[in-house]
Amino acid sequence: MSDRVETPVTTELSELSRDLLAVRDQRDRAAFGRLFDHFAPRLKSVMLRGGLTDGSAEDLVQDVMLAVWHKAAQFDPHRADAAGWIYGIARNRRIDLARRKPLSQPEDMPDLPSLDPDAGQVLALQQEANHLAAALDRLAPEQAEALRAAYFDDIPHRRISEMTGLPLGTIKSRIRLGLERLRHELRSISP
Amino acid sequence: MTDIQHHISDDLLDDYRAGALPHAFSVVVAAHLSLCNDCRARHEACDLIGGAMLEGTEAAPLRSDARARIMAALEAPAPAPSPRGSGVFPAPVMAELGGRPPRLRMLGGGIRQLILSADRSGSLRLLYIPPGKAVPEHGHGGLELTLVLQGSFADSEGAFRRGDVETANYDIEHQPIADLGAPCICLAATDAPLRFQAIVPRLLQPVFRI
Repeated sequence: MSDRVETPVTTELSELSRDLLAVRDQRDRAAFGRLFDHFAPRLKSVMLRGGLTDGSAEDLVQDVMLAVWHKAAQFDPHRADAAGWIYGIARNRRIDLARRKPLSQPEDMPDLPSLDPDAGQVLALQQEANHLAAALDRLAPEQAEALRAAYFDDIPHRRISEMTGLPLGTIKSRIRLGLERLRHELRSISP
Repeated sequence: MTDIQHHISDDLLDDYRAGALPHAFSVVVAAHLSLCNDCRARHEACDLIGGAMLEGTEAAPLRSDARARIMAALEAPAPAPSPRGSGVFPAPVMAELGGRPPRLRMLGGGIRQLILSADRSGSLRLLYIPPGKAVPEHGHGGLELTLVLQGSFADSEGAFRRGDVETANYDIEHQPIADLGAPCICLAATDAPLRFQAIVPRLLQPVFRI
């Protein structure tokens, strides 16, 4: 237990990130239920998009959300918002389903979680995540599609090229243009 | 942490994130991400983009028992944690070692190695090179990643210290030499057997699997 959820920092966080902190610090089941209600249907939609059957998608969503519960101690609002952190877990679980050996994972960061959250950094990260979502909406469709394949579906550039029949150079330049556009958008909205 | 000079490429990071790398390379990437703040930040920034897209994804209806099922599952004990890093070996390497310190075998000339995994997709090994010693010169049949865990080495591509990764392709012929000071310990992954140029090492290659 700690008094960290009562600090002013957390009032600036999204409700989802606050719920994830409550899961991390208090093992709060009601907060976990809210996270499940929000993320599970979206995760299932991603799994279905990736070609899984309804039953397999449902099982994988259970698996991802259970990992969220068990790994919550690793959530650090200085480095991720709830959506990004949960996306990372889902990415790994989906990969492990297809691999003979589980994907080798980087070491957990040693000084986590910080007992003294840096309000500025937490807030900046939250704002950046919000801006990112807004900027994504404004991308040209082909840039958004290339970014979606590379950063959301985590398809290697070479495979995107094979799937779309577009040359690798075209795929890479679309991704690069999409990223540059995102960066530009982020700069123009940021205070 | 901050003076790492040689990083993993965007392509390697993309392939790692997509689960498309052979096991040996994925361990080297995970170990580098454990040591390099810059690449760790690149990696996590990609997840932020994925998270923003997840937020914008339309919801698919869940089965009616999904919520009851997950809440019941929370009662089960947590899975055993994976091994933590120890000494110069970051967690992904300790995981390969099964959580125990490595026992390296002599290769001759004071060089020692431990093969962590070897199959058709590639091999992964720890190398111990005494100060001032050279790893026998070799060209490559494919891609080789070498991550420095202790000490340093230098070759035609530059100087490599703890956390640095050397990415060597088909065309590079290099002769890494460990610097004076602490013995150099490296994590090396290849997707093809190394071709040594001297006669004797080539004869020994099948024996030592290097």
